[in-house]
Amino acid sequence: MKTSKTIFLFFVPGLVLYSIFFLYPTVSALFYSFTDWDGFSDAFAFIGFDNFERAFTGDSIFRKTIGNNLKFMLVVVVFQTIVALAFAMILIKNTKTTVFLRALYFFPTILSSVSVAFIWAFVYDPSLGILNQLLEGIGLGFIAQNWLGNANIAIYSLAITQVWFHAGQMLIVFVAGLQAIPQEMYEVAKIEGASKWQTFRSVTWPLLAPSATIVVAYTTIQSFKAFDLVFAMTGGGPNNTTEIIATYIYDIAFRNYQFGYASAISVIFMIIIAIITFLQFKALRSDRVSY
Amino acid sequence: MLFRRFSLLVYALLILIPLLVVVLTSMKTLRETFSNPLGLPADGINIDNYVAIFQEQTMAGYFMNSVIVTLFSVTFTLLFASMIAFGITRLSSWLGNIMFTLFTLGMMVPAQVIMVPLYSLMLDLNLTNSLVGLILVNVSTTLPIAVFILTGFMKTLPKELFEASTIDGAGNWQMFTKVAIPLSLPSLSATAIFLFVMHWNDLLYPLLFITDNAYKTLPLALLEFQGQYSTNYPMLFTGVIIASAPMVVAYVFLQRFFVAGMTAGAVKG
Repeated sequence: MKTSKTIFLFFVPGLVLYSIFFLYPTVSALFYSFTDWDGFSDAFAFIGFDNFERAFTGDSIFRKTIGNNLKFMLVVVVFQTIVALAFAMILIKNTKTTVFLRALYFFPTILSSVSVAFIWAFVYDPSLGILNQLLEGIGLGFIAQNWLGNANIAIYSLAITQVWFHAGQMLIVFVAGLQAIPQEMYEVAKIEGASKWQTFRSVTWPLLAPSATIVVAYTTIQSFKAFDLVFAMTGGGPNNTTEIIATYIYDIAFRNYQFGYASAISVIFMIIIAIITFLQFKALRSDRVSY
Repeated sequence: MLFRRFSLLVYALLILIPLLVVVLTSMKTLRETFSNPLGLPADGINIDNYVAIFQEQTMAGYFMNSVIVTLFSVTFTLLFASMIAFGITRLSSWLGNIMFTLFTLGMMVPAQVIMVPLYSLMLDLNLTNSLVGLILVNVSTTLPIAVFILTGFMKTLPKELFEASTIDGAGNWQMFTKVAIPLSLPSLSATAIFLFVMHWNDLLYPLLFITDNAYKTLPLALLEFQGQYSTNYPMLFTGVIIASAPMVVAYVFLQRFFVAGMTAGAVKG
């Protein structure tokens, strides 16, 4: 069947906007990454790979930032995946209670990052906060401290907030994955006398692999993009210990006016995300199960 | 069994207690928050802070800005994305694939990657401090995910339906409005919810492009309350509740659609 040429008109409005406000800035990020542009003056010079060299050899804060981002990512991925999976397994059936609980756990996802940041600023508040009061209440007052002000643990405090924020959403992904596993598989396992752990290892886990890949990949990318939360909760402090790549780009560009250098970091950031996305894609391909 | 119930309860409390504290604190004075941070407010239900925040801030203005930006961003993203998705399903497969790849590549680029050049572009185009500017950027940056979800759905629609309508003499536009859109309603509504939450809560673009109070949206206004009220939690939480109210009300009534829509966005994005 022949499609009339007017079909191309359907692409026009979207393509125009997408080109101006997305493709053009993406390409210019690449372009500016080789310059020393300050963002405002008309003049700038091409400085080759200097910005990239600076990022990898001369900039100790950038190295710290990568480290922070990895710590944040690791804690979020591990905790979020475990919490989501464990609770998905309890809430797999659709009853009134489970549907209600899933909706409750999901609830934080609909809040804005700024709201979540304020809520958790109060949870972590050293004198008024829920957490310290709770710890004192149960006789663990010696653990109580300034959760966001202590340079050694602030990044982990942020990571826990991120888990609170999004674990409920990942739980739903796991529930969908679990519900797709045919019941007969469990019946066979039962007949053959498999233990709970054996059933999990040889039935649930392999068949759940696609959902697990989605959760891990999504959570990983999300933890690189957690700009809003970090920006609103700590602004990268204390002493750059909670600075992640995204907030660092903002700082270099809009506080230090080094647009060229910020663009170079953006390009590195883009490459990191591309690699993760590619790995996710590959993993999903190879994990494809049939039953 | 007991352990399971206990875990479910603990998780439920972890969600509920902070939220409850937010509501209670919004009904307290600052002094009361210091003397009794976690208890019930002494005066019971007290809306003084709510009155105060509307007097001290141009709250109604921020609210309207958020409503305008969100409504227009969602509407135009959905319209343009569904046109593109329809176009992709109607094109020959290789051309369709090229368009699909071009748009979905955008899902791989985080907003923070383009924020620097985007900022200078907006300055050049005189689109900073403008709701139109925000809407244009919102639509452009959420097109990729919307195109991705909607194309996936439209590809599953039976080709025969389109063929039948061509025989009846329908042009592309009629085919789009009379066949593709009505049949894609489930996918469109899921995408709409996903976009609603995303645009309503967005902080980054207002933060970059808006400095004038007249054009600030709720998340940005809220962020700046922090500078103004410092650790005046009663006022901050009053702001949080006002900013979250529309989404919370919608969530209570449309819970299933929220869960489905936002998860589709997550899984596919």
